[in-house]
Amino acid sequence: MVAATKYATLKRLGKYLLVRGIAILATTIIAIYIVIIIANMGGFVDEIIKSEIQFSVYEAIRNNPAYRGLNKSVIESIAREVIELEIKRVGLDKPFIYRSFNYLIDALTLNLGRAIRITSASGSKQVRIIVLERLPASILLFTTIQIMLFFSSLATGLYLSRRYGSKIDRIIVMLSPLSSMPGWFYGLFLIMIFASWLGILPYGGLVDAPPPEHPLLYALSVLKHMILPMMSWFIAYFSINTYSMRTFFLMFSSEDYVELAKAKGVPAREIERRYILRPTLPPIVTQLALLLISSWMGAIITENIFNWPGIGTLIWMAIANNDSPVLIGIVTIYAYLLAITVLLLDIIYVLIDPRIKIGGVST
Amino acid sequence: MMRRVKALFRELLMYKSALIGIIIITSLIILSLYAIITVPYGEVVRKWNSIEPWEDLPKNAMPSWVNIFSHRKLPETIVLDSRRIDLNVNKTIIPVSSGKYILRLLFTFSYIYDDFPNEIILRLYSNTTKQFTVQITWIKPGEIEYVIGRRVLRGYEAYYISSDEEFLKRFYTNLINRLGSRPNYDVSVDIALFAKEDSSILNRNTVEVSKGEYRTIIDVLIGEEDLNRVQIDAKLVVYGKVYGAAGTDHRRRDLALALIWGTPIALAFGLVASVTITFAQMFIAAISAWYGRGFDFIVQRVTEIFMVLPFLPILLMISYLYKITIWMLLGVVILLSIFGSGVKNYRAIFLQIKEIPYIEAAIAYGTSSFRIVFRYMIPKILPTIIPTIVLSVPDFVFLEAALALLGVGDPQAVTWGRVLEDAAREAALYKGYYYWILQPSLLLLLTALGFAMLGLALDKIFNPRLREM
Repeated sequence: MVAATKYATLKRLGKYLLVRGIAILATTIIAIYIVIIIANMGGFVDEIIKSEIQFSVYEAIRNNPAYRGLNKSVIESIAREVIELEIKRVGLDKPFIYRSFNYLIDALTLNLGRAIRITSASGSKQVRIIVLERLPASILLFTTIQIMLFFSSLATGLYLSRRYGSKIDRIIVMLSPLSSMPGWFYGLFLIMIFASWLGILPYGGLVDAPPPEHPLLYALSVLKHMILPMMSWFIAYFSINTYSMRTFFLMFSSEDYVELAKAKGVPAREIERRYILRPTLPPIVTQLALLLISSWMGAIITENIFNWPGIGTLIWMAIANNDSPVLIGIVTIYAYLLAITVLLLDIIYVLIDPRIKIGGVST
Repeated sequence: MMRRVKALFRELLMYKSALIGIIIITSLIILSLYAIITVPYGEVVRKWNSIEPWEDLPKNAMPSWVNIFSHRKLPETIVLDSRRIDLNVNKTIIPVSSGKYILRLLFTFSYIYDDFPNEIILRLYSNTTKQFTVQITWIKPGEIEYVIGRRVLRGYEAYYISSDEEFLKRFYTNLINRLGSRPNYDVSVDIALFAKEDSSILNRNTVEVSKGEYRTIIDVLIGEEDLNRVQIDAKLVVYGKVYGAAGTDHRRRDLALALIWGTPIALAFGLVASVTITFAQMFIAAISAWYGRGFDFIVQRVTEIFMVLPFLPILLMISYLYKITIWMLLGVVILLSIFGSGVKNYRAIFLQIKEIPYIEAAIAYGTSSFRIVFRYMIPKILPTIIPTIVLSVPDFVFLEAALALLGVGDPQAVTWGRVLEDAAREAALYKGYYYWILQPSLLLLLTALGFAMLGLALDKIFNPRLREM
């Protein structure tokens, strides 16, 4: 009997995951396709590339001494031939709609291809290498910031929920309007104070120039460059995160079953662990997972202001250079990671929250 | 209705932060109205993006109020124009030999500041294209006289005195002859024309402005036949280091104009975006929750697609590729956000409201769906979304500023973000032009704080569950 229900549960879980998986995959594919259309301006970027090819071919022929003295019409026909070959080589001879689906299939199979203009520091034009080269910088800075922000505000929020109305609590509530301004905005002020005025911290960048030889000094130099961006995000987001965590815990700690446990004389620590933290776990896990996933994308504006060589600046470079393959590559990786996370979260929910029934009323 | 608004207002005023927020927002609105009433937007855009109106303003001048806080008074700009009678200009004609005359323009001004000017430019105008020789003489206090240079005037001539190397060379020779040693730094023309010429000029730290009356004589040699026909005028501008209420930028533009006009634009952008997006999300969620089934399914999937799309990169792409104006940008922001995560949240609330007995009662006596959605469901959640609207205004104001800072903003628009972008591009932080960054930042900060304080107080009033906490 028990085995049978277990089997039925598993079957329901499997079916649920399959349906969810298909829905998420469809969403991801459509989102990636929309990005492909926008990144290519519905085919307009192709026209730009075509005219560039034309220009460079004419230029090459004009500068080639072998063609000098030839008849104008002969040169014209040679040029036309070369241009046609070149357009075919790049693959621009087919209509955009047809190619957009090719791009989609390439993106979905993570065949990210070659960048149009951007090159990696090692000189490669492979989108994969370009992205991988930028990735550590973004992860180093933003994943660290997000993890530190998340856990510090979680701990502070939990602490404050126990003693709301206290002085520290009131200070945090008072500071929450600070979060109406984004992190990069505080970055401007911090650069002004610490780099321009006091001159004790760098304006931006990843390491000193030239980078120190010794690995330890190198790490220290990177750390020094991380202080200001981290500080700016802490000022911007710590108080509001703590405030919302505290309110969130307060709401759960005023539930009837918590009151009952208190009346029964369950120790405070036990109440916190079993009656407050346990039911709040799913939303907290979701928040953390989504934070981590989005953090590797870096932050376009903060990276720009601090001149941080991460994914954010890469996205911006790709946009400013009409380099659609790089952009599509980054968005595809992001969409995939997001889809996998959402699906994983669905499974984790079932595992950590006994209240969730699989295959029940669909949401 | 009126009474409810009044009661709400009274309750709001109990929160000190709400009061501060209301004061800030009201002053920003007054500033916006002032901007809209005094100068029309089209004119501001044209003026801001042209060069001529700013000719007589100094480059990168600090705001005038810095002089209040410093005992070392920085110079204001001095404009002397022979075409304007109210300015201290003297025009005389002196006959020289055999039918030749000298038209002499005499500019007199007193210079009582503690610092040297930023730049000196002399502009000469004549109403014919005939060629004239012009000689410019500079007389410092204490009757120290220099012939700065000779120019040839044909219609119009701008003489950038500050970059006249030839004069500087003569000045050096003269100085060394007189004082016996060289200055230990590079004396600029501005210093040469305004410094005390004793041993103090030899050191960068001791060089001092010679305060007093200065005269500039512009002599034009003309023939008898031109005496009554030719009209020759001159404008001498001694550019200062402070200007106006907000200073100027690298293109001599008065920052006050951009800061004042940036206010209505920022408010309009933020308010329109936040109101439209919140209401649109709420309507979509309400309809989706009420009708359910197929419609609900489609709305949910579309929302999920929009949640996968990375907002900022897409917005940047569109504004970069299509070079859109600020109002089109507003449209794009709204379109991209309509199916945001808000739809999911509101839908969850509406699904709960749908189960409330009075809705059931409404269905029972045959109320139309339209009436249920718009009269029974939406009013129920309106109080909770008002704080959301107020709180999200700064987000959009900063979004516009961020786009401008990245250089994809509307190139014509006059916004705080554009001022910040100019400052960042000209490395204002590096060069120490702090006022250039601080002023637009301060306005952004005030806007954000005003709306945040009001919004948080509203949140406490409309969501009583929060108030107890």
